[in-house]
Amino acid sequence: MNQHEHFGDELDSSDSSRRNFLKQSSALAALALTPAAANAAIHNGLDEKLAAAIEQLPLQVDINGTMQKLSIEPRVTLLDLLREQLHLTGTKKGCDHGQCGACTVHVDGQRVNSCLTLAMTTEGCKVTTIEGLGSVDQMHPMQEAFIKHDGFQCGYCTPGQIMSAVACIREGHANNPDEIREYMSGNICRCGAYANIVDAIMDVKQGGARV
Amino acid sequence: MNPFQYTRVTTPKAAVSALSQESGTYFLAGGTNLIDLIKREVVVPERLVDINKLPLATIEKTATGLRIGAMAKNSAVAEHELVKKHFPLLSMALNAGASAQLRNMATVGGNMMQRTRCPYFYDTSMPCNKRSPVQAGPDKGKPNGPSGCGAIDGYNRMHAIFGGSTKCIAVHPSDMCIALVALDATVNVSGPKGDRKIPFSDFHRLPGDTPQKDNTLLPGELIMSVDIPTNKFADNSHYLKVRDRASYAFALISVGVAVDMKRDVIQDIRLAMGGVAHKPWRLTEAEQFLRGKSATEANFKQAATIAMNGAKGYGENDFKLTLAPNSIIDALKTATKTA
Repeated sequence: MNQHEHFGDELDSSDSSRRNFLKQSSALAALALTPAAANAAIHNGLDEKLAAAIEQLPLQVDINGTMQKLSIEPRVTLLDLLREQLHLTGTKKGCDHGQCGACTVHVDGQRVNSCLTLAMTTEGCKVTTIEGLGSVDQMHPMQEAFIKHDGFQCGYCTPGQIMSAVACIREGHANNPDEIREYMSGNICRCGAYANIVDAIMDVKQGGARV
Repeated sequence: MNPFQYTRVTTPKAAVSALSQESGTYFLAGGTNLIDLIKREVVVPERLVDINKLPLATIEKTATGLRIGAMAKNSAVAEHELVKKHFPLLSMALNAGASAQLRNMATVGGNMMQRTRCPYFYDTSMPCNKRSPVQAGPDKGKPNGPSGCGAIDGYNRMHAIFGGSTKCIAVHPSDMCIALVALDATVNVSGPKGDRKIPFSDFHRLPGDTPQKDNTLLPGELIMSVDIPTNKFADNSHYLKVRDRASYAFALISVGVAVDMKRDVIQDIRLAMGGVAHKPWRLTEAEQFLRGKSATEANFKQAATIAMNGAKGYGENDFKLTLAPNSIIDALKTATKTA
């Protein structure tokens, strides 16, 4: 049983895309690039672009209502895909280690840290970023409430705070200030706008607007 | 991140087969710990096997209790009606861990597999026997940075007071696992040699001479589900977590208590502690002492004294020798509603 048959219609980076690429390139075929050799090429800094071309995998993911057909390296995080490839820079890179919450987006309606999410794992999922939540002309009630209550100073954590705040209400965890503080603890604000952020969330929750 | 190969599987059989194929292969579930470890180059995988599409996220009632699929998200378990009603200790422990975002990503199996947060383990320029085993080899892991233990004579405020060795005094960081060990859970695993069951208390291990091994899984084995037997603890359960911040921090000390009370008498009890050992630390001797006893502060104090038998501080974590028994007493009072 060869590997292709073994995994059936599942996906494997040493599978058809690599073989097709090798077939198309006689120069590369001469190098007989195994995955390990491609990895070694990157480790040795020999030809990162060459190795990257080989490691591209197909990905289909719905971003803010648009189906994206992409080709990416398996090591790309959802955060880097959004910012670097799709130029959706509303989602911020803070710590890049899942500690600050600046990168919070929704995947299939659930708030997650996009910095710790490999983009490949979002195949077939619906991703919503701050750009998909509202616009300058049509702001989301939570965006309006953050402005009204001065829920930020520098603004860097704000997209993550707002994505998390919307999810907090949807999950049913915004019933009082204590509960909001607990369920918003994954979003750090170095400017210390916490009190106003809690006010903004309470306002939206009590206002009963559809979030 | 270093480059790696990526394989997505949709059946447990394919997952086990993919993991057995070559060394340097890791299962990728929620990724909340593994992706972080890869970014920090503590783990340098050759291949990730993405198991997120495996149909293992079901939470269901069984004849003897509850079965929770290994891929069930931590938030889904914590919010599940059956868990909240019949196993509130598990719900409380899960909600005490991480952040809402991380709980939406993290899975039950992944939570069990998470590595210690010892700062020496995370810093590849520092000595660590867990990250860089003394005797590196095919079965013993690859060396990654210097060997040794920086914590024993170093910064050890977060470290173990029970079961440490001369090689490692790291602690297991999970909250969920404290509840599962207390509730006598069983782990169902599937591997190249077939299926087997592991009692939760035997799943994690003490460091001994091989701190690189966190658990007793055999090569290629996949966690399928966790079973929790029915119990009478629902009315008197409590998870106390003492930490540096009110939320979103690892435990300095945590205590899981589940009691079956009749009037003020303890019919049956489960006690476990987190933040104190390389594995979820079950307090069986203290449990034994409390069975049949009245729920009084004097009995709780004696149980705490029994529980602390053999505890050892390493300097910066000496405060745990006082904090741990106090936390046990506090958690017992809350669970038995005698506070």
